[in-house]
Order: sequence, then structure tokens, then C-alpha cells
Amino acid sequence: MKLRHPIARARGLGSAQGGVEHWWAQRWNSVVLMLLTPWFLWFVFSALGASQAEVRAMLAQPWHAALMLVFVGMLFWHTMLGLQVVIEDYVHAPWMEWTLHLLNRLACLVAGLLSVVAIGRIVFGL
Amino acid sequence: MASPDRPLSPHLQVYRWQWTMSLSILHRATGIALSLGALGLVWWLLALAGGEDGYARFMECARSPLGLVVAAGFGACLVYHFWNGIRHLLWDTGWGLDIPTAFRTGMAVIVLTVLGTGLFVAALLMKGAA
Repeated sequence: MKLRHPIARARGLGSAQGGVEHWWAQRWNSVVLMLLTPWFLWFVFSALGASQAEVRAMLAQPWHAALMLVFVGMLFWHTMLGLQVVIEDYVHAPWMEWTLHLLNRLACLVAGLLSVVAIGRIVFGL
Repeated sequence: MASPDRPLSPHLQVYRWQWTMSLSILHRATGIALSLGALGLVWWLLALAGGEDGYARFMECARSPLGLVVAAGFGACLVYHFWNGIRHLLWDTGWGLDIPTAFRTGMAVIVLTVLGTGLFVAALLMKGAA
């Protein structure tokens, strides 16, 4: 017996009106992070033995700067989605849950933007 | 949103503990830990953009005994989350969901994490502590 309207079935969103976007976003940025992590570790360990000026010059190169921008973007997106699920699973008091959702989004957004600004300063020599 | 007085469906307590459950919980735990580690990355980038003094202060913290222990800890979390994340992505394609394969891939994750963490710590001590 089908009680749902045909258009609702065609949209396939269920009663929550959403859900798959979160899942797909988390898969895509997992794959990107998986591909970039070896480069990231190589970069960090190369930087460990170098001076501030040398590391800055290395990160100012277009390829490294671009990869680092993608890395931090995907990293904080991935972090936001992951912590969101943790909050949804374990925090049940509504005021606390929504406060934590807000803080999570805000913190990941600010952390990501701070990283982008820092990389921008390095690339443009500011 | 759960109302607190509602009866809950049975979950964790009705299952016999299996070692693969620890891997699942560890994936989440390392993910939460790495959220904090990501803030360390922001600190590093800001220090790098800021100038020599700030960078020297950052490196002083990172190279202190406590800094190295924290870095090794984040390294271990990253290595585990990386390998077990690949395991999760394989599951998402529908591969490896049967119990024998899940046990084998779980063992592989443990071995690769030990090896990867060893490599990470060795590189850290060689380049970081110098």
C-alpha cells in the first residue's frame, strides 16, 4: 500500500527531507583527503628540518599552496560533518545539541578561513 | 530529538563484545582527536605566515618533549583514521562486508597502523628532535 504522494517517492527524500547530501559529501572529501594525506605528511616532514623562510618559500609555490588550500578546505568540511554526527548521536538535550551544532559549524568555518588567510599571506608575501 | 522518558530500542548492551567493535569506536575517537589536531595545523599556518618570532615560538612548543608526544599521538590517530577510513570507503562500495573479510581487513588496519605510526615517530624523532 502506497500512502505517499508519487512526487514524494520520486524525490526520494523521506520524511527528513534530506540526508544523502551529508553522506555523499563525507565520502567525496574522504577520498580527496586520502589522496592528499601522503603529500601533506611529506610536506610537514620536509618543513620540520627547514627554517621559517624556507618553509614559507616552499608553501608559496603555486602547487603546494593550491594543494594546501584544498587540503584545509576538505579537512574542515570533513571535520564539521564528522563532529555533526557525533553530536547527533550522543547529545540529546535540545538546547545543548543545537548550541554544539552552532559551535561546531562556527569553529570549523573560522578555522578553515584562518588557514586560507594564512596561506594567502604566504602566497602574496604579505 | 529523543524525549528522555521514551523506551529505547536495545543497542550496545545486547551484543557480545567483539574486537572489531573497538576498531569502529576507535575510528570515531581518532576522528574527534584529529579535530583538535587540525587546530594545530591552523596554528602552524598562522605562525608560518606571521613571521620568524611566532614560528620560533611554535617550533619551540612542537619540539619540547610534551610537543613531540602530542605530535606522535596525532600522528598515530591520523595513520589509524587513514587506513580504517579506506576500510570504510571499501565497505561503502559494498565490498568486504562479510565477517571473514571484515576480520582480515581489521587485522590489516592494525598492522598498517603499527607500521605507519612507527615510521611517523621515527621521522619525527629524526627531523623534529634534531
